[in-house]
Amino acid sequence: MRRAAPILATAALFLLPLAFMDARTYVTLTVAGLAMGMLIFLVAAGLTLIFGLMDVLNFAHGALFSWGAYVGFSVALLLNQRWGWAAAPSVPLNVLLLAASILAAMVVAVGLGILLERVIVRPVYGRHMFQILITLGATIVIEELIRMIWGPNDQVMPVPLTFQGSWDVADVIVLRFPVVAIVLGVLVYLGITLLLTRTRVGLIVRAGVENGEMIQVLGHNIYRYFTRVFAAGSALAALGGVMWAMFSQSVRPAMGGEQLIFAFIVVIIGGLGSVTGSLLGALIVGLSYNYVAFLVPKAAIGINMAIMVLILLLRPTGLFGAGK
Amino acid sequence: MPPEPPPAAPALLEVEDLHTYIGQHHILQGVSLRARRDAVTVILGRNGAGKTTTMRTIVGLLRPRAGAIRFEGRPIHGLPPYEIVRLGIGFVPEGQGIFATLTVDENLRVAMLDENPESRDRLPRIFALFPALERFRQARAGTLSGGQKQMLSIARAFVNPNRLLLIDEPSKGLAPIIVEHLVAALQEMKSQVTVLLVEQNFAMASALGDDFYLLDDGRTVHHGRMVDLVHDHALKKRYLGV
Ligand SMILES: Nc1ncnc2c1ncn2[C@@H]1O[C@H](COP(=O)(O)OP(=O)(O)OP(=O)(O)O)[C@@H](O)[C@H]1O
Ligand SMILES: [Mg+2]
Repeated sequence: MRRAAPILATAALFLLPLAFMDARTYVTLTVAGLAMGMLIFLVAAGLTLIFGLMDVLNFAHGALFSWGAYVGFSVALLLNQRWGWAAAPSVPLNVLLLAASILAAMVVAVGLGILLERVIVRPVYGRHMFQILITLGATIVIEELIRMIWGPNDQVMPVPLTFQGSWDVADVIVLRFPVVAIVLGVLVYLGITLLLTRTRVGLIVRAGVENGEMIQVLGHNIYRYFTRVFAAGSALAALGGVMWAMFSQSVRPAMGGEQLIFAFIVVIIGGLGSVTGSLLGALIVGLSYNYVAFLVPKAAIGINMAIMVLILLLRPTGLFGAGK
Repeated sequence: MPPEPPPAAPALLEVEDLHTYIGQHHILQGVSLRARRDAVTVILGRNGAGKTTTMRTIVGLLRPRAGAIRFEGRPIHGLPPYEIVRLGIGFVPEGQGIFATLTVDENLRVAMLDENPESRDRLPRIFALFPALERFRQARAGTLSGGQKQMLSIARAFVNPNRLLLIDEPSKGLAPIIVEHLVAALQEMKSQVTVLLVEQNFAMASALGDDFYLLDDGRTVHHGRMVDLVHDHALKKRYLGV
């Protein structure tokens, strides 16, 4: 019951904008908001576990998002220029292009993530100030690398034909790609939840998020688990990057930094270390951003800060915070 | 010719002149103790004497600046905590350290080390000692009473076939009747495992203890047999205020 309360309260609140717009606009904005929320969730899920398990503030998480987007961009571009997999009116080829872009981005991000964790993060365990400085430093280096390899300007991300345009559902226009993003987000959430609740590694990670010291004196090498979580979180950030690139149909070197701000807000709203909290927080941020951007465009970013402050006043540990 | 004195039974755990710093503070300034096999050794001392720091140094959560810790004759200081406990040491920390968001069952499972299939077979014995844990197996550990949390913490250290249990102030904050139950359970466990116990409750300490070590200001200042301490009112008054 106590777990359901924040979900019900949020759901009720999000019917409110209906009073200020017609139903069609509302549905369009809701789909866009849910999609944006799901993409932020992909970034926040890794961030919340990385912070929850080892108290590590990883500001380089956004750079992994950018790297994922660019690697996915290169693969999509290549497949489309060589064989026209994006432009082809073929669902299998279009899906294959998306899958290949995602896979390549995730593989590169896992490698980069492990390298970051070993070289940059490990020496500064337990020291937040150093973590912020060194991961911000790493972000600058990684973003510069992107500018060197791919150039400093915005580029157009090829979007497979299947995912372009919209479906017409009972006179309401529903854009296709956001629906794909929502479905993918739900699948990722279910996958993480199953891993955390049904496997031994998940059990140890959940226990470690609550009390890392205790998990070590029960005989578990927490660093080994942390490396895995860091790698998985990096892969999710890269997945978010590819999806965001297709969602916004562009890639930019600084795209990760902007997402990171949203993701941190989401992690704090949801409660540090809680994946379910992050999902809920991400949907709140995505939806309110879209509603408010339509109604009062100037307040779109401010509304998320306001929501964060409000939630922290009501529940200082966030929606699902363990209160550690 | 007088008979040779019997060689002193080798202690399971030996701590020699331990010095531990927390930040800049020199907290342990020479702690020494030996835990005899199959005995209960009690660490006594006032609040802030360094009892918890000693336990945390033994399991590797704090690194000693000087001194030695040997388990079964093997030096363990300098090893990380997860390697130290895998040698056969169970740790019940001050304040229980249970995972409140996990169920009782998950708390026990996370403690079972993979290479010990024997652990599963120990569960019936644990549930016989602490029947409440079996009843609330699927409950979130955070919803247990203080006494049940303590039992869970002890059970968690007992699921593996450990040779040594380190237990830090198990009676803290518990009602007398619950403490009695804990004493009874620990009496039973005594025959199967060596225990190093920190305990401020003198009734509990003297009921369970065979040997005692007295810490003051981060140093071992006295040690001996528990039975002797029980009658040494001057010593008790000076260091324990009882
Ligand atoms: N994190 C810390 N930072 C600074 N000093 C500390 C820290 N932890 C413990 N101390 C100090 O170390 C000394 C020993 O503490 P310790 O917790 O080992 O005592 P204790 O004998 O277990 O006391 P109690 O009976 O209250 O549990 C105390 O003076 C305490 O103030
Ligand atoms: Mg203590």
